[in-house]
Amino acid sequence: MNRTQDMQGTTAGGHVSLTRTGKSVPAAARRGPAPETNKLTPRARKFSREAVVRLLFVAPAALYLLLFFGYPVVKNVTMSLQDYGTKTFFTGEAPWVGLANYVAVVNSNLFGPAMVNTALFTIGSIAGQFVIGLALACFFKRRFPLNNFLRSMLLLPWLLPLIVSSATWRSILDQDSGILNQFLAGLGIISQPIPWLTSPTVALLAVVLVNIWVGIPFNVTIMYGGLQDIPDELYEAASLDGATGWKAFRHITWPNLQPVVSVVLVLGVVYTIKVLDIILGLTNGGPANATQTLSIRSYQESFINFEFGVGAAFSNILILISLVFAVIYLRANRRAVDD
Amino acid sequence: MKKSHKITTVTALAIAPLVLSACSGGGGGEKAGGDVNTLSIVDYYNNEPDKSLVQTALDRCAAELGVSINRETVPGKDHIQKVLQRASSKTLPDVLMLDNPDVQEIAATGGLSPLSQYNVDTSGFAEGILEAATYDGEVYGLAPTVNTLGIYYNKELLEAAGVQPPKTWDELKAAAAQLTSGDQYGIAFSGIATYEGSWQFLPFMWSNGGDETDLTSPEVAEALALWQELVNSGSASASVINWSQADVKDQFVAGKAAMMVNGPWQIPALQKVPEIKWDSVQIPVKEAGQESVAPLGGEVWTVPVTGDDAKQAKAAEFVECISSDENQLALAEARYTVPTRTALADEYVSRVPEMESFTKQVATARSRTGKLGEDWPKAATVIYDAIQLSLTGKASPADAFKQAAAG
Repeated sequence: MNRTQDMQGTTAGGHVSLTRTGKSVPAAARRGPAPETNKLTPRARKFSREAVVRLLFVAPAALYLLLFFGYPVVKNVTMSLQDYGTKTFFTGEAPWVGLANYVAVVNSNLFGPAMVNTALFTIGSIAGQFVIGLALACFFKRRFPLNNFLRSMLLLPWLLPLIVSSATWRSILDQDSGILNQFLAGLGIISQPIPWLTSPTVALLAVVLVNIWVGIPFNVTIMYGGLQDIPDELYEAASLDGATGWKAFRHITWPNLQPVVSVVLVLGVVYTIKVLDIILGLTNGGPANATQTLSIRSYQESFINFEFGVGAAFSNILILISLVFAVIYLRANRRAVDD
Repeated sequence: MKKSHKITTVTALAIAPLVLSACSGGGGGEKAGGDVNTLSIVDYYNNEPDKSLVQTALDRCAAELGVSINRETVPGKDHIQKVLQRASSKTLPDVLMLDNPDVQEIAATGGLSPLSQYNVDTSGFAEGILEAATYDGEVYGLAPTVNTLGIYYNKELLEAAGVQPPKTWDELKAAAAQLTSGDQYGIAFSGIATYEGSWQFLPFMWSNGGDETDLTSPEVAEALALWQELVNSGSASASVINWSQADVKDQFVAGKAAMMVNGPWQIPALQKVPEIKWDSVQIPVKEAGQESVAPLGGEVWTVPVTGDDAKQAKAAEFVECISSDENQLALAEARYTVPTRTALADEYVSRVPEMESFTKQVATARSRTGKLGEDWPKAATVIYDAIQLSLTGKASPADAFKQAAAG
């Protein structure tokens, strides 16, 4: 960062000095072609060297982006315009079908439910993760014994492979022998076992709950960091004025946490909207398609039905939605930096 | 000047690993002509004991043909993806194992060579499995052994309740109801939203005269109504919609289900739990006198088109060898699967009496792709969607198939 700024400084400086010398040259001589080229040669050489350096700085990142982001995205877009099936792998032929795949996607009976489920899943997960994460972050801001230990234990869900956690949750949520139902029944909260993963009306909620559990560590970690940046003096000053507890939160913590909050929320949306493994592990999109989301549709069309074109169309729609939030994130981030 | 030099060096160093890494990776495929010394093989028997049992059979054929083999096993879930990948990179193996319902789809791509090209003898095989491996009148693969579905029952639980193993749907419902108490269900089956769920539903649908070419027929709906009744009456857990066949076996082994619908490949797992005394019968039919028709399972060995004629010819010999009488009996005995040469059935049952009901079931079993060919996956999707709709109470059995067919 500093280096680049340095370089920009020199470039700008060079320009200024050159223009100054240019001014001192008589007007007629300036218009003449010969001295102009004479003068320009060293400048051009210097300029081109700097350009090369600049290019070399950009090259690794550009190359990486092109290879690992550009190519897959372009391939995904072209694939969504082709009839790309099992045959394609053997014959290499993937006829162009225009927007037919997108038409198939939008007209499929599962498109509407998948959109709604994606929205519900994302909003539910983010709301739960955020509220619980913020509460825990505030809690851990106090000093008490074992604080650090407990906070690191909280990272556990983050460290477990998602396939492992979803398999574990599947048995926890089992209707007949799951420990959650037995626990709730033991407490007398429920009389009938809750069909967590077997009822189409409850399954989405169950999946959201598990995803909240997965997302809490991320929220706590980021917001705990944000809380650390709020100077204690503010709270001390406020407590002199009688603002403690909820009032302190409302008038000091919340406004000061704004930039972090917007970043957490937008990143959370981008991460959550594409969640695949948890849902695959828990319900595989069922029961009766009750937990179908755009990412599950994309996966199943591609790798179960081997309709890679339709799958690509689903994932492009997903990428487009994520992109909107990514732009929001970039703007929020810039504002946070400006602040 | 000095600074920019330094910068150039730094940048160059930063790029270096990228350039270097671009060089590494990506081995070359081998191309051998003339004399065939090695055959590459891909299959999905990646778990023990199947992995070594199949290896034994492959080694035997390798010795017989005087070739060495280069075998790769991939997880069943990734098998077709792997095949597609290798097809697009032109690195298909010389001998490829395929699950029988996948054969026609892969054959339709032109990626397999017909066995008639190499004069492979396909007579004497059970009709169902040949049908599964046939596309456009050509046989593309041979299966040494096959499997199917049946009803396993816990002998002790049935004796204690004074229940006979069911032969008809009414008996099945009554037995399941009688065997349900506490946290023990009468029966377990897999109604999961994958091809496994459809596969488990087929014996009930076919035995009742239903057909995959017309899923809106009353016979099909009746079979689904039977499943729905078992769940709604509490004789089967509502969780059947999430159970794979392995989960069903776990329930049975844990004593949480007195009966289960499952296949003979579970026998090795069941034998590990000697406390559970079990036996098996054929899938019950709606009314006594009807024929129980179950689907054929099992894997078919094929010869992909690799462009190397000599190797393909050798591979065809290899495929023929895997399905020789001797290999069929050895594999069938070790893996609890049924030999595909119908003439071997009696000898097989005398050697492995546990397999009696399954062997009987195989004789009348049908292949999933026999009628629909490469369109079978679409029908299978409609079937498991309908199962999910009706077992979760979102639709009546008849409406479930209409809704599922609508996409």
